[in-house]
Amino acid sequence: MNPVWTITKREFNSFFDSLVAYILLFAFLGFSGFFTWLYGADIFIRKEADLQVFFSIAFWTLFFFIPAITMRQLAEEKKTGTIEMLLTKAVTDRQVVVGKFLSCLLLVCVALLFTLPYYISVAQLGNIDHGATICGYFGLILMSAAYIGIGLFASSITNNQIVAFLLALFIGIFFHFIFNFIASASTGMLGEIFDTLSLSRHYESIIRGVLDTKDIIYFLSIVFISLVLAEINISKRG
Amino acid sequence: MDISIQNLGKSYGLQKAVDGISFDVKTGEILGFLGPNGAGKTTTMKMICNYITIDQGDVIIGGKSVKTGELKKYIGYLPENNPLYLEMPVIDYLEFCAALQQVPKAQIPDRVRQMVRLCGLNVEKHKKIAELSKGYRQRVGLAQAMIHDPEILILDEPTTGLDPNQIVEIRELIRQLGRQKTVILSTHILPEVEATCDRILIINRGKIVADGTADTLRKQSQGQQVIRIKIDDANTESAFQALSGLPSVGMVDIIDGTNGRFEIQSKPEMTANKDIFLLCAKNNWILSESIPFETKLEDIFRDLTLN
Repeated sequence: MNPVWTITKREFNSFFDSLVAYILLFAFLGFSGFFTWLYGADIFIRKEADLQVFFSIAFWTLFFFIPAITMRQLAEEKKTGTIEMLLTKAVTDRQVVVGKFLSCLLLVCVALLFTLPYYISVAQLGNIDHGATICGYFGLILMSAAYIGIGLFASSITNNQIVAFLLALFIGIFFHFIFNFIASASTGMLGEIFDTLSLSRHYESIIRGVLDTKDIIYFLSIVFISLVLAEINISKRG
Repeated sequence: MDISIQNLGKSYGLQKAVDGISFDVKTGEILGFLGPNGAGKTTTMKMICNYITIDQGDVIIGGKSVKTGELKKYIGYLPENNPLYLEMPVIDYLEFCAALQQVPKAQIPDRVRQMVRLCGLNVEKHKKIAELSKGYRQRVGLAQAMIHDPEILILDEPTTGLDPNQIVEIRELIRQLGRQKTVILSTHILPEVEATCDRILIINRGKIVADGTADTLRKQSQGQQVIRIKIDDANTESAFQALSGLPSVGMVDIIDGTNGRFEIQSKPEMTANKDIFLLCAKNNWILSESIPFETKLEDIFRDLTLN
């Protein structure tokens, strides 16, 4: 069996062995459901058969949800020393990082799977735009992948989980809205650069139903760069 | 597979943790790695396992450098503090390790069963590792190191936390494994090295200070033969005089004058036993005790590492 998959499977199971997975799934579905269906500018106020409300809520809930699942990934291994046991097995640093990345992504996909009833309900209520909705889910997965990458990078720097969590949020907040904010406040070259860097801009264009390769490349390059940095960090030992 | 360590070095900042050490370990040999805390034992072992980068020199296993990273599956490693995934049940953990070490899927249950039996984990196998006592965790650590039947075993303090019965069992197990495999183990427990290892390597401040079997080390450090004797029916003073006069005797100490006990050091490369016996026979003294005095490994260790 491929070592990446062996690691992914173990990590994924360990989410469910500890309470992490249950608490976070509960919190994610609770928040997203509450704001999508019950409170604020919910689906009934909007009166349109789409999941735009859910997509903008999940944009925020996942932003907090993901650092909480990535924070322990490498930080805890380093703290307890299990990383030594792991890396002296017949695996490479890269396989460990990728395995952990996939397990987190899988957990997020499970969380998103639980929101499929939203999709089905709205489809029953009106004429939903299937393309845009599937595009929206795709956007959520891409965004999650980017934040998981950032989270793993943060976790690879420290052996303190809280530091890893806060660091992931700190880095994330730039992509999440600070770049966007700077982009709107500035003009010309600078505005364009920050516009390109802003994760929310790319995300918004995807959930509108426009699937542009530029956006996909943007997300994948965040994943790639942060995983490479995480790998470099764990390869620096002793 | 043979291990050849060539001028291996590692520095942390200005401090040299391992300072250009070289030695070979052959298949079927159990090497005991001794040294005070901070001598560089663990660092060396980590370098052999390719966990930390090598600053200087190389480790060659079966003709290949460990730097290639391809040798990990031939090595079973028990790290120093025996880190384990505490939230996992024993069986799941061993299966995970077996899969990572590329044991073919069909053989995994068999290997796990063997390891559980070998390491005496049968009663505890369904518990989570966090629920196990230190000794049982150590057994799990050993089991995970041996799960893929590796050619080379690197064990960093394998018997810490085990009860005396288990220590004997594990030593026996290591001895058995050592017949076909290459084993390097580090420990602080000196009698353990004597009981288990074919060869002892003592390092201090990153350098090798002694290399050999327990016997050769003893001879080296001790120099002259020392025996303790007890002579009955003799005047202490005259016995002392007579003993000192023997040609092969270097030095005589009276340990207990009233009971006729002496400690006798022979001259270099001579043994005084025969002369002493003949002397006693001639004078009708009764030689009721004669004990060759062995330098303890502890003393050798202290001699070599306290400077």
